[in-house]
Amino acid sequence: MKTFRMGGIHPKENKFSAGKKIRTAEIPKQVAIPLSHYVGSPSESVVKKGDMVKVGQMIGKANGFISANVHSSVSGKVNKIDVQLDASGYKRPAVFIDVEGDEWIETIDRSTDIKRECNLSKEEIIKKIQDAGIVGLGGATFPAHVKLSPPPGKKAEILIINAVECESYLTCDHQLMLEKGEEILVGVTIIMKALGVSKAVVGIENNKKDAIEHLTELAKSFTGIEVMPLKVRYPQGGEKQLIDAVIRRQVPSGRIPIEVGAVVQNVGTTYAIYEAVQKNKPMFERILTVTGKDAPNPGNYLVRLGVYLQNVVDQAGGVPAGTGKIVGGGPMMGRSLMNLSVPMAKGSAGVLFMKDEESVRKPIKNCIRCAKCVSVCPMGLEPYLLMTQSERNMWPEMEGNRVMDCIECGSCSYTCPSNRPLLDYIRFGKTTVGGIIRSRK
Amino acid sequence: MNVILISLITLGVVGAVSAIILFFVAKKFHVYEDPRIDQVEQALPGANCGGCGFPGCRGFADACVKADTLDGLLCPVGGNETMQKVAGILGKSAVEAVPTVAVVRCAGTCEHRPRMNEYDGVKHCFIAHNLYSGETGCSFGCLGLGDCEVACEFDAIHVNPVTKLPEVDEDKCTSCGACVKACPKLLIELRKKGPKSRRIYVACRNEDKGHITRKSCEVGCIGCGKCLKVCPHDAITITNNLAFIDDSKCKLCRKCVEVCPTNAIVELNFPPRKPKVETAEAPKEPVNA
Repeated sequence: MKTFRMGGIHPKENKFSAGKKIRTAEIPKQVAIPLSHYVGSPSESVVKKGDMVKVGQMIGKANGFISANVHSSVSGKVNKIDVQLDASGYKRPAVFIDVEGDEWIETIDRSTDIKRECNLSKEEIIKKIQDAGIVGLGGATFPAHVKLSPPPGKKAEILIINAVECESYLTCDHQLMLEKGEEILVGVTIIMKALGVSKAVVGIENNKKDAIEHLTELAKSFTGIEVMPLKVRYPQGGEKQLIDAVIRRQVPSGRIPIEVGAVVQNVGTTYAIYEAVQKNKPMFERILTVTGKDAPNPGNYLVRLGVYLQNVVDQAGGVPAGTGKIVGGGPMMGRSLMNLSVPMAKGSAGVLFMKDEESVRKPIKNCIRCAKCVSVCPMGLEPYLLMTQSERNMWPEMEGNRVMDCIECGSCSYTCPSNRPLLDYIRFGKTTVGGIIRSRK
Repeated sequence: MNVILISLITLGVVGAVSAIILFFVAKKFHVYEDPRIDQVEQALPGANCGGCGFPGCRGFADACVKADTLDGLLCPVGGNETMQKVAGILGKSAVEAVPTVAVVRCAGTCEHRPRMNEYDGVKHCFIAHNLYSGETGCSFGCLGLGDCEVACEFDAIHVNPVTKLPEVDEDKCTSCGACVKACPKLLIELRKKGPKSRRIYVACRNEDKGHITRKSCEVGCIGCGKCLKVCPHDAITITNNLAFIDDSKCKLCRKCVEVCPTNAIVELNFPPRKPKVETAEAPKEPVNA
């Protein structure tokens, strides 16, 4: 079975919510739909206070190339356009809407029939994806239409669907594949058409055997789609790692996957593209995993954007006693939440309750030069060296040691027997070096 | 005997030829360096802190010698005294620079600004700032992890373990600006030291609306504008719900300190106020400036 060739770890999987049916979360009285994205510039609000909006109506217009439209996830009245604390405690613009009923805009096809034929042209598909405000749901929330429009001179050869879900605990993609398998494969054909490629591979880690079987069975009726089981290994969901695992090509340092002819899309994104193209449904809801070792009711919830995580957690049985930290996302890449009054964003994949004893950092000891961090780094960097250079503010040396290649997967910090905060320092260096590189231009 | 003689002569000739070559090369490629640069460098404190904006003291000395006037050139460590010396060496006149000192524009101590969560990551302000807004509800306030303390080469700024706020030692602070650059929250500012070290400043950087600020910190500036109205010298401006006192206009009358409802305006090194009965008259008498 294939996997990527360099580094990687295998943390405990802890997929407690696996196999739990996707439940639709209730819509609360008020939502705060964030206008900003993880990358790129925030969208511009196109509604004003007092406006009535319907589900699926555009409320934020993309501002620049790396940005995406934002659509209302509820119907009701715009209460205000104000700032809202995000997961890290900083203020971001958001549209606050008081919910009244659940009225969808007429163009959305709400039937559950699967529509397999797509007669649109390349440009029309990409236009639809762009209008629907679809961003990558794997975590980085990079606008999907940007990836589907390769720069001039570059040609995509293969489409890789990222269904590995290598983070522990999270199961939202897994459950989506089980329940919406056929829709996903139709989505794959749509992306293939948009890219003009004839081959697509769905990479799934081998701990999701039911999803592999299900999709392999379904893929028989589609041409050019292969379902590839992959060995369980973190961070296989990283774009460059997945390309290496599936087609054995390495993306050169500082380049993008299209350089080796590959385009990677997340499986959740693929489903959203299906809905956008075939059902005219913009992106205003996604699946969220609520989980944890002591979670009373771990499960997968279909949540509208802008719903406060508190509301979802309440429906999932509340915060368990003895929770030391609540993480937004998975345990490796996720960031701890300041509080639960954080609105659901396009990139939110999970809410993870960590127990008190799990959440504290162990005391930092000296580096014993065991080089475990070097052997697990999926990008072939030397984390111990980068950390030391970051501590000593040696920015040019860090740039020379390819700090900008770091994908911040956290494997080094996870594996360090001396509990050294390698990633924290490397991220510090990466931010600073990134600033230096930008200022040169 | 013969062997010794031959070696002596050979070495002597090689030495002499080399010396001649070196002599002419040195003449040919001689770089003239103003001797005053050395003199100026001698007069400088030699801290190499970079506070002047040049790479080390020699860089500054070089710039002083090359410059037509000494305007805008200031060694913050040495201050006026050093600049006078430099001016004496170069025969130029140094502009009397107003001494400045670093002030921390956050007064949110543990008691005023309740901690909402616990940060157990790396004790490094920049890293914490990158991760999230901080342990308190105020995303503009001091993180208290001491990047400024590490940056200071003069041992002049220390984080108080009780209040978790940095405190500046005025006697040691040379206003080199290292801490200003180190603070990720941009809390430290170089302000005029003021007569008898008396200073008034808004110890807050919170740009939230008043009610949000109030929730997170007892001593935050809520942008109410009372100080703006009471200031007779137009020294106060309010932008983004935050008051700022322009130290070049402030006459240290202390009226703003009295009206501030949250005590966000701090006065330093003033004598204790007279009892309340007399305060009505107090502003009339000129402050000992």
